This record gives sequence, C-alpha cells and structure tokens, in this order.
Amino acid sequence: MNAPAAPLSPYSSALGKSNIEVHTLSVLVDNEPGVLARVVGLFSGRGYNIESLTVAEVAHAEHLSRITIVTTGTPEAIEQIGHQLERLVPVHKVTDLTLRGGAVERELAMIKVAGKGPERQEALRLADAFRARVVDASIESFVFELTGNVGKIDQFIELMRPIGLVEVSRTGVAAISRGPNPIG
Amino acid sequence: MSNLLTGAEMVVRALQDQGVETIFGYPGGAVLPIYDALFHQKHIKHVLVRHEQGAAHAAEGYARSSGKAGVLLVTSGPGATNAITGLTDALMDSIPLVCITGQVPTHLIGSDAFQECDTVGITRHCTKHNYLVRHVDDLARVLHEAFYVAQNGRPGPVVIDIPKDVQFAVGAYFGPHKVEHKTYKPRLEGDPDKIAQAVEMMAAAKRPIFYTGGGVINSGVEASHLLRELVGLTGFPITSTLMGLGSYPASGEKWLGMLGMHGTFEANNAMHDCDLMVAVGARFDDRITGRLDAFSPGSKKIHVDIDPSSINKNVKIDLGIIGDCAHVLRKMVELWRARRHVASAEPLAKWWAQIDQWRARKSLSYKASKEVIKPQFAVQRLYELTKARDVYITTEVGQHQMWAAQHYHFEEPNRWMTSGGLGTMGYGLPAAIGAQLAHPDALVVDIAGEASILMNIQELSTAAQYRLPVKVFILNNEYMGMVRQWQELLHDGRYSESYSEALPDFVKLAEAYGAHGIRCSDPAQLDAAILEMIDTPRTVIFDCIVDKTENCLPMIPSGKAHNEMILPDHDAEIGSVIDAPGKMLV
Ligand SMILES: Cc1ncc(C[n+]2csc(CCOP(=O)(O)OP(=O)(O)O)c2C)c(N)n1
Ligand SMILES: [Mg+2]
Repeated sequence: MNAPAAPLSPYSSALGKSNIEVHTLSVLVDNEPGVLARVVGLFSGRGYNIESLTVAEVAHAEHLSRITIVTTGTPEAIEQIGHQLERLVPVHKVTDLTLRGGAVERELAMIKVAGKGPERQEALRLADAFRARVVDASIESFVFELTGNVGKIDQFIELMRPIGLVEVSRTGVAAISRGPNPIG
Repeated sequence: MSNLLTGAEMVVRALQDQGVETIFGYPGGAVLPIYDALFHQKHIKHVLVRHEQGAAHAAEGYARSSGKAGVLLVTSGPGATNAITGLTDALMDSIPLVCITGQVPTHLIGSDAFQECDTVGITRHCTKHNYLVRHVDDLARVLHEAFYVAQNGRPGPVVIDIPKDVQFAVGAYFGPHKVEHKTYKPRLEGDPDKIAQAVEMMAAAKRPIFYTGGGVINSGVEASHLLRELVGLTGFPITSTLMGLGSYPASGEKWLGMLGMHGTFEANNAMHDCDLMVAVGARFDDRITGRLDAFSPGSKKIHVDIDPSSINKNVKIDLGIIGDCAHVLRKMVELWRARRHVASAEPLAKWWAQIDQWRARKSLSYKASKEVIKPQFAVQRLYELTKARDVYITTEVGQHQMWAAQHYHFEEPNRWMTSGGLGTMGYGLPAAIGAQLAHPDALVVDIAGEASILMNIQELSTAAQYRLPVKVFILNNEYMGMVRQWQELLHDGRYSESYSEALPDFVKLAEAYGAHGIRCSDPAQLDAAILEMIDTPRTVIFDCIVDKTENCLPMIPSGKAHNEMILPDHDAEIGSVIDAPGKMLV
C-alpha cells in the first residue's frame, strides 16, 4: 500500500517544500571591503542558491553599491533570505523585485563564434535578428555583444552552438523598478 | 592637540568612554602597543586568562551576568583563532561581545607573515559584524560603532582587527556621542495594531501559553518585570527555554518549568495542546520544537522578536511582532489593563486542571538512593543550601547542564549562564570567572561534568591569580554522560570512547592550583560537604561522585513530538525508542 512519504527530516522545516520560485533581489549596500564576501558567505553558509549575481558601485560619493541577486527557493525561504540579508550591518535595503512586480531586468553577454563561409553568414543574420552587435571580428570569428533578458540570451547562445560557439561571458542580471520611484 | 592619540591609546580611551571596567585578554606581538597603553592607566582592569577561548567565555559570563558588553583583547593568528569558539558561542546565544584582535602591520597583510591569519575572513561567519581597521583615522569611529552594534538589536559578538602599525600611528580621537550608525537601526517599538490584535487573541484564548526565551533576558531586567506583570494579569501558564530561565520566577505559580528536549511533561504537553502560543524572545530551535510537523498542531502562534529573521524561520507564525521584548510587553500590559480584559475564566480553569494532571506525573522525579549520590539529588541539595544567597550559576555541557536547568531554580534574570545554542563544553569555568569579576561578593558556582571541566581547566590559574572564590561543582559520573546516554538510546549501549579514562585526582588538582579540593561520594555527607564549599572563601573544586549510569529524563527523543516524551517511570529499554530517521538527528 502507499504509505505517506516520510518527511525529509523531522527537524526540517514544515513550511512549503514544493513550490520553488525564481526571485530577483536588489540589495543596496555600503561599498566597503568584505561586503560582497558577507553576502555570498550568507548564501553558502545557509544553503541558499545564487543563480546570478552582479555588483557595482552606484553612488560614488555615498559609497553605495547595488548587488542584484537572482535566487531560487520557496516563498518562505526567499522571505527568510531577505531578512537574513537585512541582518548584515552594511546592508541598507533589500527589495524583492519579483514580489513587487514590474521590474526591468537585463543582462549583457559577449559571445564568441568561430566559423567560415556560410556559417559566418548565418551567424551574422541571426545576430541581426537579435540586435546583437559585433564588437570584434577576425577572418574566422566574431564576438557579439547582446543585451536582453536572460531568456533571450539563452536562446541566442543555443542558436550559435551548432554554428560554432566558442565561449560566452555573461554579466549576470541587473535590475531596476519601472516608473518614477526608486527601488530604495 | 589633546585629542591626538596613537591607535593603541585610542583603544584604551574608547573602552573607558564606553564605561568598560574589566577586559579579558592574553598578550602577544601584534597587541603589544595596546598592552603598553593599558600599562599606563588605572581605569581598566585587565584580567589575564590562560587561553583565549577562556577570555571569550569569561567575557560572556561577565556580559550575561551584568547586562553590559563583554570585552576581550587577543593577539593575531593563534590568539584570534583560539577565540573563535567563544565568538561562535556568543553569536548563537546573542551575547554582546567586543573582541579586539591584533593583526600584522598593513604592509605585511596577505604575505603569510608570522602569526598572520585572515581574522576578518575567519570570523565573518561567527560574528554579528567585524572590522579590519587599515587607517588610524577610522579607529575611533569603528571602536564606538562596534559597541553600538554588539549591544543594539539582537546582541552579538563584534571583532575589531587592528594591524600593529595602526596601533602605533597617531590620529584624531573622538568620543562615543559622535557615532550614529548609517544603516544599522534596529526597530524597537512593535507595530501598535499588531500588538492590539495580539491582546485580542490573548483575551479570547482558551488554552494559552507563554513560551519565552533568552531575548527577554537580553532585553533587560525591565522586560522580566513586565513579563511577570503580564503573566499575573492574564493568569496564563508560562514556560521558558534553557536560555530564558529566571525571567519568570521558578517559584511563581504559573511556572511550568523548562520546555524542550529535557523539559517537563507539563510544559511540553501544554505547548502541544495549546490553542494560543505567545512566543517572546525565543527562536523555535530544534531542541524546543522536537518534530516540526507535529509541533503544537492546533495553535495560533504570536511571535515577538527583535530579529525579523527569527519570525517564520522554522515555524509558521500567525502574528509576528518585530520589536524589543520590553517595549512590546509594556504595550501588552497597558492594553490589557486599558481594555479591562479578564481572561475567559472558565476555559482557563479547565486548562489549568488539565495542566495539573500533567504536573501530577512528576516528570522530574528519580529513584532516590542511600548508597550513591544521584546527580539530581546533588543539584537539589546545592540549590537548597545556596538559594538564600546572592548566587550565580554557570554550567558546562552535558547531562549535568540539564540537571542543573531542571533542579536549580531561578528567581531572577541574569543569574544563569549556560552555553545553549552552541553547547560548548569548557564554557562554565571561564564564564564563572567572568561572573565573579562582575559580582565580586556573590557566590558563583560552575555546575560541571568531569569531562567538560578538563576543556578549560587551565583557567583555575586565572581564578587563583585574581583570588576569585568560584566554586566548581563537578557531577563526576566518569562518563561523558550525555554521549553515553545517546549511545544507550541509539547504538545498543556500545559506549565508544565515552568513558572518562585516566581522570586526574580533582582534589589534588585543586591543590596544585592553590585551590581547595573536596570529594564526596556519600549522600549522607553531601550537605556538610556543600556547606564546606560555600564557606571556603577561595576557589573550590568539589568532586561529587555520582551514579555513573543515571540518564537525564524526561526526554523528547530526537525526531519525536512534544507529546511523545520518555518519562522517568518508563520501564521498557530506552534503546528501542528512536526510529531510523530520528537516529540521523543530533
Ligand atoms: C567542545 C565540545 N565537544 C564535544 C561535545 C559533545 N558532547 C556533548 S555532552 C558531552 C559529554 C560531556 O561529559 P561531561 O562533561 O562529563 O558531562 P555529563 O554529560 O557526564 O554530565 C560531549 C562530549 C560538546 N558539546 N562540546
Ligand atoms: Mg560526566
């Protein structure tokens, strides 16, 4: 007979386990040494996932950096991630852009493709369709620069694979809210 | 200009300006300038420990018993790494510590210099926050900020790593009033609407319970007073975690005893069957909840905590109130009074009748003996013979710790110091030294196990140097008793490496350290021996020879629910109680 499945561990969370979601968190931090290590260490130490992470200074005079993290987990786990991030002393604000809705998310990728003859033509044609720019060219290769959401970049890379994909460098996702108001 | 100081002088000035009177430390090359600055002053007393772990636990004992921040000063490299266990312990139990570490000079950082280690890297995970100060001009701000961060919000340990060249460099010093933290501003006042909602839920409850923790103690004495008032007004039963003992008096009529793995039958069953749980400054950890999917299935849960991440972390909460315990409790008391609430008398009386039935099981009972000293009996006698005094109790970790929690009763907060979250053997003696320094005239007793005490036994030398009359009361069962108990439960009594082989003669050991040694193995002699200990105005080691195989009960076996406890009158083999998934747990 079908016995009910035993829970993973009697001490593990009874909170929802199944509905895994992808969320983008925007974290405004003091740009001080070690701040990225604190954030990344928190994710590894507590077993959270990082799908993508970008960081750069956004206000020089105020020493502020914005870290954008794409993470996966149950809604409860993602709420917990937000609170844990807020506990870090140099963190000013954590915003769950996915929960808030209506954010613009973009990633930049540089994609190297090698090939000769008709393959070159095909690569250029597809690049044009995706509005990718050629930032480097040699007789047997191109480097394309492509900006867009993650899905668009994934799709472009898949199309380049049979043509002669050599390698890819991606920035990870940067995100900002729509409308006149700041994320915070 | 008068406010130009060297980095080392700034450290000492900042400690003075923060009101620090006592620090714990151990010198070394990378902190010599600070030790030199200490040499030139009289305001701050430096207590020389014998191992940096001892410094950290002593600072914890000092902090926990006094409500102030504890301070330690250690050298780079091994000095810092030796302090790690104590820092982690303070993080887990939310104890405010400021730990100053020396570092190799800035130009050598990263070169694998002698006694260099990446202190901020290593301590990032075991501190609330840490700093590496590369410029002397940042030092005054960082020092004051560290005290702010350690003591505000949910308290915790903060490390300040100061390279040796920064200690020598000269810069401008300013006092604490100029420091306001940019980002770290914990919320103290709870949301008034939510507090009002909580009070309505409490007024409507039929089977309510207060479940309180270390947060009430951290919030200050006032929080404990308000808690007592609220319990008095509502008439609700109250239980507490290991860390929260003393915030409500053990003699109070609403007291159910401690809850959790070794908590009382009445506390755990009341948690399981309640219809409203009011959690205050407690964090639903696994020692408390037992099996999560069977944890208090029929209750609504209110959770008051200063740390938003504690709410909904392990257990789904119906009403979370973020704020300081004292603030929220005060508002609850005010509202309850203003609305002239009376708890619904009839259901509450029924609830108490049910609780009294659980109480009647007498879950802390044990089989008395005239031949051997039962460890529970030893703690009970210690309690009876010391309770009238100004007494502070610390513990090591193991069965003796749980027996102390069960059988020593606390009437006031800040009187009980134990390693709850990390469970650090070796905590008790240095913590007792810290507590004794904060309360020179009090009676301070470390209730110890013979295995744990050896982990920081070197601190007896510290006690001797400062003539600290701490009492080490060892419940000597010749076993790592808690390990032995789990091996009996889980591994068919194969006692792998849990026998305390080759123990020292503790009486002679005491004498070697200039302390007084007492041994007792006869229940009839116990009172006299305890009185001798109390009346000896010196450090005492009391080697109390107890029953070797006594188990600590009652117990929620790992992986079981609150209403599945093993009670002292359990007659079957305890080796068959825990199932396979339970065996995986700690
Ligand atoms: C530093 C450290 N190492 C190991 C443990 C695991 N441990 C928990 S209790 C215990 C035995 C303690 O023995 P003892 O001090 O004699 O106390 P008893 O349980 O016998 O009262 C051990 C080894 C621990 N808690 N801390
Ligand atoms: Mg023992």
